[in-house]
Amino acid sequence: MAHVGGAPLSLYWAVARRSFRRYSTYRGATFAGAFTNTVFGFIQAYVLLAVFRRRDTIGGLDVVDAVTFTFVTQGLLAIVAAFGPLELADRITSGDVVSDLYRPLDLQSWWLAQDIGRAGFQLMFRGIPPFAVGAVAFHLRLPAGPSVWAGFAVSLSLALAVGFAWRFAMSLSAFWLLEVRGLVQLMGLVFMFFAGFILPLPFFPPALRDVANVLPFAAVVELPVEVFLSKHRALPDLLGVVAHQAAWLAVLVGTGRVVMVRAWRRVVVQGG
Amino acid sequence: MVETHGGPTVAEQAVIWRRLVGARIRADWQYRTSFITFMVSQFVAGFLDIVAIVILFSNVDRLAGWSVAEVALLYGTSNLSFALSDVFVSEAEFAAHHIRAGSFDRFLLRPVGPLLLLCGQEFALRRAGKVVQSVLVLAVALTQVPVDWDLPKAAMVVTMVAVGFVIFGGLWVLTSSIAFWAVEAREVANSVTYGGNFVTHYPLEIFSGWLRRLVTVVPLAFVSYQPTLWVLGRRDPHGSPAWFAFAGPLVALATVLVARAVWFSGIRHYRSTGS
Repeated sequence: MAHVGGAPLSLYWAVARRSFRRYSTYRGATFAGAFTNTVFGFIQAYVLLAVFRRRDTIGGLDVVDAVTFTFVTQGLLAIVAAFGPLELADRITSGDVVSDLYRPLDLQSWWLAQDIGRAGFQLMFRGIPPFAVGAVAFHLRLPAGPSVWAGFAVSLSLALAVGFAWRFAMSLSAFWLLEVRGLVQLMGLVFMFFAGFILPLPFFPPALRDVANVLPFAAVVELPVEVFLSKHRALPDLLGVVAHQAAWLAVLVGTGRVVMVRAWRRVVVQGG
Repeated sequence: MVETHGGPTVAEQAVIWRRLVGARIRADWQYRTSFITFMVSQFVAGFLDIVAIVILFSNVDRLAGWSVAEVALLYGTSNLSFALSDVFVSEAEFAAHHIRAGSFDRFLLRPVGPLLLLCGQEFALRRAGKVVQSVLVLAVALTQVPVDWDLPKAAMVVTMVAVGFVIFGGLWVLTSSIAFWAVEAREVANSVTYGGNFVTHYPLEIFSGWLRRLVTVVPLAFVSYQPTLWVLGRRDPHGSPAWFAFAGPLVALATVLVARAVWFSGIRHYRSTGS
């Protein structure tokens, strides 16, 4: 059996499953969240319809692409959880993180397992409903064939992992700042904007597009959505997208580990 | 607020509110870095909204016949109203937190109304970051729109900000009351408050019929859109009556009365979680 950080993989699988179950208990909140995402999707879709009354395509997107983009991103919002830090940040602030350090496992993988469980739940109950409702009211586009679906599955998985690695590194800043909510909120906004949540990146003027291209956030939203819209059907093209996402994943996971090791040295257990 | 026998007068309530707010500001200031980053993030949040509008207009010169300056006027007034309601009234949404935690009882045992107490105790000055940003956009928009400013038009701009503040305030209280019946479903409120803020950034004529009718009833159409049509000398292509531009104050009053009735009905319905 494969081991990560001294613990068997089955342990991380159990963590992910329980995390999934934990989120499934908040039914009212899940419904409310999906409802809100759907409402925002509708408003944004009407804005885009008004824009496309004057243009046929913008940056290679037609009106169906753009409206589809809106409902896919509204579905993705909860899944990639751009807004929040990990619960880890609260545990650092409260000092509970010390008991996490006792555990004979790899901490980054443990939190990843939790996040996979959460994302799996959100995918089903926050991701699909806004898209399904949007598809009733508007003409939306589905991936053109099984190979695009497969590409989307790979790209989305990498997007989740990149999003996780980013939030893990951000949450660790609590070791230095103690109170991270302000910073996380600020970074969340930058993230949302340059990821393509607020507007599809092809709408951006070249200068802003250049900024977005050197940041990791497009790998979390813009790229998987472009794959969903069948914009990267040629295999070399798709591999390029996946490689770009994988490169950011490696950079952010590596950064997270370096920061983690430095952070452990700072831990001072209060009281006794 | 409820008028109870022997309860505090309006002036006394104002003093209590000021003390609570003062205490909160002093407390928040202890965590200076966090306070400042939060305030900056509020500013940036609003700023990115207007950047998004400018980006849209870098792709098209007009949106449903509106220029970027005209949309900025709509955005500036409605966003300022929303930001003010966010600073002074959005604290009502903490009712959900206290109901869940079982600490809402405390608000009912004090000699001032629970809403006043919530708004004072949960006050957060950092939300003012959005006010500053809205004022900046509004100032630029006022100089860029093709309007010959005179006293009635200036008065209309001031009135619409005030009316919008009251309407959004009513909506915060109304939607926060959901928590008395369904504490978990509170996020639905966001689609009315934050969703309402988003809708009012744009000329309502771009939305489809059912959504336009909905926001006329809710009544987001009276926040900025109707009075702005009058200021700009435009007509609603879907033919809403011209007197709608002047209906704001009455609509705001009606919103407050409905919100008040629902809030008190919620409080009567409230059962403590106990412990």
